[in-house]
Amino acid sequence: MAGVNGSFWQRLLGIDRRWIFVLIGLGTIIPLLRPINLPVAASPRVRAAYAAIEAVPEGSIILMSLDYEPDIMAELQPMSIAVLRHCFRRNLKPVILTLYPAGPGLIERALEVAGAAEGKQRNTDYVFLGYKSGNQAAILGLGDNIRGLFPRDFWGTSTDSLAIMQKVNAFADSPLLINLSGSAIADYYIRIASSRYHVPMVLGSTAVMATDYYPYLSSGQIQGLIGGMKGAAEYERLVGITGDARRGMDAQSLVHVIIVILVILGNVAAFATGALRRRTGGNS
Amino acid sequence: MRNGPLFVTFLTGATLIAIFFIPHHRAQETQSVILEWADVVYTFALILGSFSLWIANQTKVARRGEGWGYSLVTLVSLTLVTVLGVVQGVSAGTAVGWIYNAINAPLASTMFSLLAFFIASAAFRAFRARNVEASLLLVTAIVMMIGRVSIGEFLWEGFPPLTEWLLDVPNLAAKRAVAIGVGLGAISTALKIIVGIDRSYLGRS
Amino acid sequence: MQILEIWVASLLTLCVFTFLYRDNPLYRFAEHLFVGVSAGYLLAVQYQNVLRPNVIEKVAGGNLMPLIPAALGLMILGRLAKRTHGLSQWALAFYVGIYSGIAVPSYLQAQIFAQLADAVKPFGAGWAAINSALVLIGFLAVIAYFYFTAPQNRVHKAAARVGIWFLMVAFGASFGYTVMARVSLLIARVQFLLRDWMHILPPA
Repeated sequence: MAGVNGSFWQRLLGIDRRWIFVLIGLGTIIPLLRPINLPVAASPRVRAAYAAIEAVPEGSIILMSLDYEPDIMAELQPMSIAVLRHCFRRNLKPVILTLYPAGPGLIERALEVAGAAEGKQRNTDYVFLGYKSGNQAAILGLGDNIRGLFPRDFWGTSTDSLAIMQKVNAFADSPLLINLSGSAIADYYIRIASSRYHVPMVLGSTAVMATDYYPYLSSGQIQGLIGGMKGAAEYERLVGITGDARRGMDAQSLVHVIIVILVILGNVAAFATGALRRRTGGNS
Repeated sequence: MRNGPLFVTFLTGATLIAIFFIPHHRAQETQSVILEWADVVYTFALILGSFSLWIANQTKVARRGEGWGYSLVTLVSLTLVTVLGVVQGVSAGTAVGWIYNAINAPLASTMFSLLAFFIASAAFRAFRARNVEASLLLVTAIVMMIGRVSIGEFLWEGFPPLTEWLLDVPNLAAKRAVAIGVGLGAISTALKIIVGIDRSYLGRS
Repeated sequence: MQILEIWVASLLTLCVFTFLYRDNPLYRFAEHLFVGVSAGYLLAVQYQNVLRPNVIEKVAGGNLMPLIPAALGLMILGRLAKRTHGLSQWALAFYVGIYSGIAVPSYLQAQIFAQLADAVKPFGAGWAAINSALVLIGFLAVIAYFYFTAPQNRVHKAAARVGIWFLMVAFGASFGYTVMARVSLLIARVQFLLRDWMHILPPA
């Protein structure tokens, strides 16, 4: 019997990885086709981000830097739409820019979706400045000369001619900075905007990066944190909308369960076949 | 003359540090000009990179090396998108805008989505509770994977506070130490570069 | 045009997914196309956003100052030939100097002083004090682990070991979040295929 068991676990350890791929694929597709809409509860950090935007007086200008490209749009695009819709509902006037060269196309789409849903028009209710190269250099420029940095908006209109832009030319003119980022640009904003110019900041990041920013939450350098597609789903719930993030949460749950089961099975198999002991040698 | 570049590094580095402490608008204007210049230099660095990519693929095509057909795909797409983008612009409604939506965005996002499959396979094969440290890592990862998604909240209401505690206490402590370590490393490297002790970026020891 | 865009995007998505079976010409085609298009796009964007407004238009308007960074930029192209290789060092020196200068005060302010100040603040009240104490102990233990300058005595070794435990928990949390991120990317691609291409899912 032990021999039979041993061979089963050994066969399991040697399984063709494509079977695992099939499992992950099915775990993604089935919940999307047959959703059960598991509840999504908002975590304290996402609620803090929501509250920070709620606290901004109605009609205020709000600076948003949406710094991501297609590789991570799955996480940050639904987040952008949810945050933009929240700002629009509160009649805030977002001034949006991106420090990623491949970002403008995605942001243009996010603005179309959020603007159409909340009945907001470009240049009247929001301004999209487009892309600025230079990362840290651009952020330093935002500190005191936004119109100089962006003489024209994304569609070519002179920023001096836009009513919203008359009220904003520096970080200090925005009561809150929102940065949704999938890279070190978030660190640059923390170092320059939050720490040097002392502008309150809300951060949205990819899930990969989210855990790195807890020290900055604790120190008050950022006011709230929206992490990954799950964070976006939580934000959608707080805003009261159902976007791609919430729709994806059943699949997210199922694939996580599959991976956890795989990890447990892998450990049991390694233990049963003695692979764990052989690998660790005499050290433990 | 040989030490000229080192002097340039010192001058620009020291100027930028000094400007940090000078709130006068002249200082800020100087900073803006310097940063704009840096942006131009960066763009030329990108041109250099693209040119290298072009030469590497062009050589492969000329020699009919293995997989030269794929290199031709890179060459043609690189040339076409660059020319169209320079002539017509890159915003929505242009040819490059269309290429961005139809080719660039889906390829970039799909390439990265492959990692979902490989991370699952790798976790199954390599994620083992070999000793105390590895077990801590494994258990935390499992708690996070289950506790941070809807199914975890559905299975046990204690999962969300437990994951919050893990993030707010042990994770915060470790990440803070790492952040300070990285910060000290970055500062010492930057200072060594500015005063000319570290010259590796110029290809010198 | 919209339909063609979705079809091209979907077929290229499938080309990339074929790699899950094994490496094949469809995947390699998509991969090489991606490299070319991405590099070309980046170059075009930089031209439109930097070179055209900051150099070409300004010089055409009579301002000759932008010729200085343009000259520095051209020097960086010197790397392409052995004889002119040394020229690129001037441009590199300028660029590296700037970002080193920015790094020193900003790291000091945001990552050293602000974090140290938060690390040594008074503990929270009630049960929160335990968590505050744990954060401080964990922080000091991880610092002890990263301290390699002096030989470790028994106390230092014990502290470093506790530091490793804290690090492992942090890495475990990061791993869990990394899995979450990768799965999210896949979900979005499948949503695109099922909704925009196959119209099986309802429109967003």
